[in-house]
Amino acid sequence: MMIQQLSVFVQNESGRLVNVTELLQQANINISALSIAETEEYGILRMIVSDTDKAAEVLRNDDYKVKITNVICLVTPDVPGELSKKLKTLAAEGINVAYMYGYSSDGKARLILKTNDPERAAKILE
Amino acid sequence: MIWNETKECMSRDEMRNLQGSRLRSLVDRVYHNVPFYRGKMQQLGLEPGDIRTIDDLSLLPFTTKQDLRDNYPFGLFALPKSEVVRVHASTGTTGKPTVVAYSRKDIEIFSEVVARSLAAAGVGRDDIVQVAFGYGLFTGGLGIHYGAEKLGAAVVPISGGNTAKQIQLLQDFGSTVLACTPSYAAHLAESLEEAGVDPTTLPLRIGIFGAEPWTEGMKQSIEQSLAIKAFDIYGLSEIIGPGVSIHCGMGQGLHVMEDHFVPEIIDPDTLAPLPEGETGELVFTTVTKEAMPLLRYRTRDLSSLDSQACACGRTTVRMAKIYGRSDDMLIIRGVNVFPSQVESILMSIPEAKPHYQLIVDRQGTMDTLEVQVEIDDRFFTDEVAELEKVKKRIKHQIESVLGISILLKPVEHKTIQRSEGKAKRVIDNRRL
Repeated sequence: MMIQQLSVFVQNESGRLVNVTELLQQANINISALSIAETEEYGILRMIVSDTDKAAEVLRNDDYKVKITNVICLVTPDVPGELSKKLKTLAAEGINVAYMYGYSSDGKARLILKTNDPERAAKILE
Repeated sequence: MIWNETKECMSRDEMRNLQGSRLRSLVDRVYHNVPFYRGKMQQLGLEPGDIRTIDDLSLLPFTTKQDLRDNYPFGLFALPKSEVVRVHASTGTTGKPTVVAYSRKDIEIFSEVVARSLAAAGVGRDDIVQVAFGYGLFTGGLGIHYGAEKLGAAVVPISGGNTAKQIQLLQDFGSTVLACTPSYAAHLAESLEEAGVDPTTLPLRIGIFGAEPWTEGMKQSIEQSLAIKAFDIYGLSEIIGPGVSIHCGMGQGLHVMEDHFVPEIIDPDTLAPLPEGETGELVFTTVTKEAMPLLRYRTRDLSSLDSQACACGRTTVRMAKIYGRSDDMLIIRGVNVFPSQVESILMSIPEAKPHYQLIVDRQGTMDTLEVQVEIDDRFFTDEVAELEKVKKRIKHQIESVLGISILLKPVEHKTIQRSEGKAKRVIDNRRL
């Protein structure tokens, strides 16, 4: 399934994440998945939120640079080999995965995948 | 438009004769009225009669900013205090401020050279000039103010800062001319965009920008983002304030008001005058000023002179645009670095914005230069690899020009302080 992800540029300094999450809280926006790609100087905060457009607006109004991108949300049974099977299917179609994050609970794994062709990837994985 | 054709279009010979006669009178005045200059001339074995033509200028002693500090506040006055009608002062980031004084006639000269400058930029009686230079001890605000009034334009004396009000007046009054520092103009452009105001819908058409070094790239960026034509005005309080020279919008360089301020270029090390066309330190002698005239004042600005005729019709000598004050030059690991070099590179990169800051530090015995660049929509992506690619490209371009390695740090939008006057581009944390 293709969904929208919100990315935010944040400096790698204490307090920066607090500010972002507080702004979202004030706007009554829920975060359902989150990951941070960090470098020495900055980080990219990637989130799946309850209202992407509203979250983007709230953060932009506070001078954050944000970007909305299409990603794949993949739900698989939480058993060994499931992920590798899905990734093989994508690789066979020439689709590259730039990054992914996720977790598993209640017998199911939920994964967010950023690929070079989200629309095609979503169809292949259906 | 040429405001004063007699003075701005005279032949080179006429100009030299005029400068010569004004110099003779100046030397006579300072010798008899300013003990500092009498002492300096006597040390050199000079008497006023030794100065006959403008060619004798190089015989005279120099004046430095330190001389102004040593004679703080009123030691270099050439007139009794009763004849002084105004004083201005520099902010004095290091040490005491430097004070300058004006007689009634000096204020007239100041207004005249600013009126000439505005006319050269195409400002006329029908224009509304929003003066967003600071008013106060700084010469920018009042200098442009008096010149614009002399020209007959309508002046909006809003002073610097208060950006929301600036935008409101640009809209409500329909100001056609904006005068401020280039960094504040860039900030205003950004604020207009944020406020959703399309600059092409504003009557604003001319920008008069100066008081800090800025690059051609910055100029183009401001012209585009404010939908105006920008003109570089040069000046310094020691000489008079803004209006020492102006870009006419045609040829290269800025026309010097040389009937009042006689320029020279010298080698900053040997102090020898350099031939026309060579780059060195710009020096001015204020041949007409009364209250606090200066002989051969060393500006610390690097420039060159060109007296060839200009397409605009003016015959006055042109000075090359100032890219750096020798005081602004940083020495990092033994290499000379001008902040303007970094600016011109950043302005040529589409992903970069005109907001940057250089942080110089020392780790052990090693100097470090960190260039902070604000992240832009065109720069930011959700993939680290992509972001790093742009970052590396900017870093390599800067390193190849400066010749030293740097740390490029993308920072969040709006984290570099916006200036309402002169931008602070460099933070030097080294304790030497």
